Amino acid sequence: MGRDGGVSCLRRAEMNMMSVGGIESTPAPAPAPAPAPAPAPLDLDEVHVLAVDDSLVDRIVIERLLRITSCKVTAVDSGWRALEFLGLDNDKASAQLDRLKVDLIITDYCMPGMTGYELLKKIKESSNFREVPVVIMSSENVLTRIDRCLEEGAQDFLLKPVKLADVKRLRSHLATKDVKLSNGNKRKLPEDSDSVIITPPSPSLTISTESSPPLTISPDSSDSSSSSSPPLSPVEMFSSSPIDNDEDDDVLTSSPEESPIRRQKMRSPGLD
Amino acid sequence: MLGLGVDRLQADINRLLASLFHQGVLDEHFLQLQQLQDETSPNFVYDVINIYFDESEKLLRNLRLLLMDREFSDYKKIGLHLNQLVGSSSSIGARRVRNVCVAFRSASELSNRPGCLRGLEVVEHEYHYLKNMMHELFQLEQQRLLAAGVRYPI
Repeated sequence: MGRDGGVSCLRRAEMNMMSVGGIESTPAPAPAPAPAPAPAPLDLDEVHVLAVDDSLVDRIVIERLLRITSCKVTAVDSGWRALEFLGLDNDKASAQLDRLKVDLIITDYCMPGMTGYELLKKIKESSNFREVPVVIMSSENVLTRIDRCLEEGAQDFLLKPVKLADVKRLRSHLATKDVKLSNGNKRKLPEDSDSVIITPPSPSLTISTESSPPLTISPDSSDSSSSSSPPLSPVEMFSSSPIDNDEDDDVLTSSPEESPIRRQKMRSPGLD
Repeated sequence: MLGLGVDRLQADINRLLASLFHQGVLDEHFLQLQQLQDETSPNFVYDVINIYFDESEKLLRNLRLLLMDREFSDYKKIGLHLNQLVGSSSSIGARRVRNVCVAFRSASELSNRPGCLRGLEVVEHEYHYLKNMMHELFQLEQQRLLAAGVRYPI
């Protein structure tokens, strides 16, 4: 359920997360003077994920899932907060954009106010962020919903509850994508901000064409397989690996309840 | 002697968990939560479950207030609350609570007031059962940690 104001909610959630992280903290006023959804600092080696979910429990879980896979996480409780964070909530381009590095946006589908689908559309409409992969999470396995999201450019669709294997797969895909890009590290920010602000995305930086299928194909190893393996058959295409499978060799495991869904998608949204 | 205490407690924990799984009170997503707990986040499961309890109790209170109102008609709101409960219960592996919430939601979709009242009672019952079981689990775990701590002083 949508909670009171995004910033205070996030701060409270972050305080909860602080105690969740084992750090002793009582819900005292947050010492940090900055509002919680501040732009990520310029850490070029870290993957920064923006997570959007109106459920506090789910935000905490997804945040933990992402942190455990070495991502920096900003978690917000609504599509509006997400747009605000990205600087897309008004018409003028945000002056701070060059400091904002978001590598992945993962959002719940069912949210009051703005759904994940609507957020996805807004992100894809923005020149600054349309290249950022957007992953949709939903507790409901509705084929039309999945198709709609994928057609709108979502990179992937995860069934809730999201598993560690799902997030590991996303994470390894992000690592792979950076290795593959021809001009080297996508995360050189000056280039990055130039390319997203000034020019239409050049093919070499477009992630959707090459990497969309691999995102849902779990690579055996993080580097080698995505670039060389042919598209896998529908059954192999996604995975929900057994819980205790910590390696990313979950390519061939498919859980029955998920296979019919994911089978629908596998064309790259960017290839249209 | 203290070593035996740890083993016995661990056996009790395992037995309780097995029973909860067997009854369908918990499912594998609860184990997923445990995967997220480590030395950097040693109380993760405990903290998330407690947040789940706080959130759920607010939702259950609201549901009861809504349904107790004689002039109640906002089934959509009930549905929204239940979506929340279904989602969060599912996220922590509280399968039975999730399932009875889904049944309750069906009644609300039919605007069936007596069905909703029954649904709410069932959800409250299952929720409290889960909460009691979780408390027992946490107590056992805490005792085990204490016993293990004495056995292996740091």
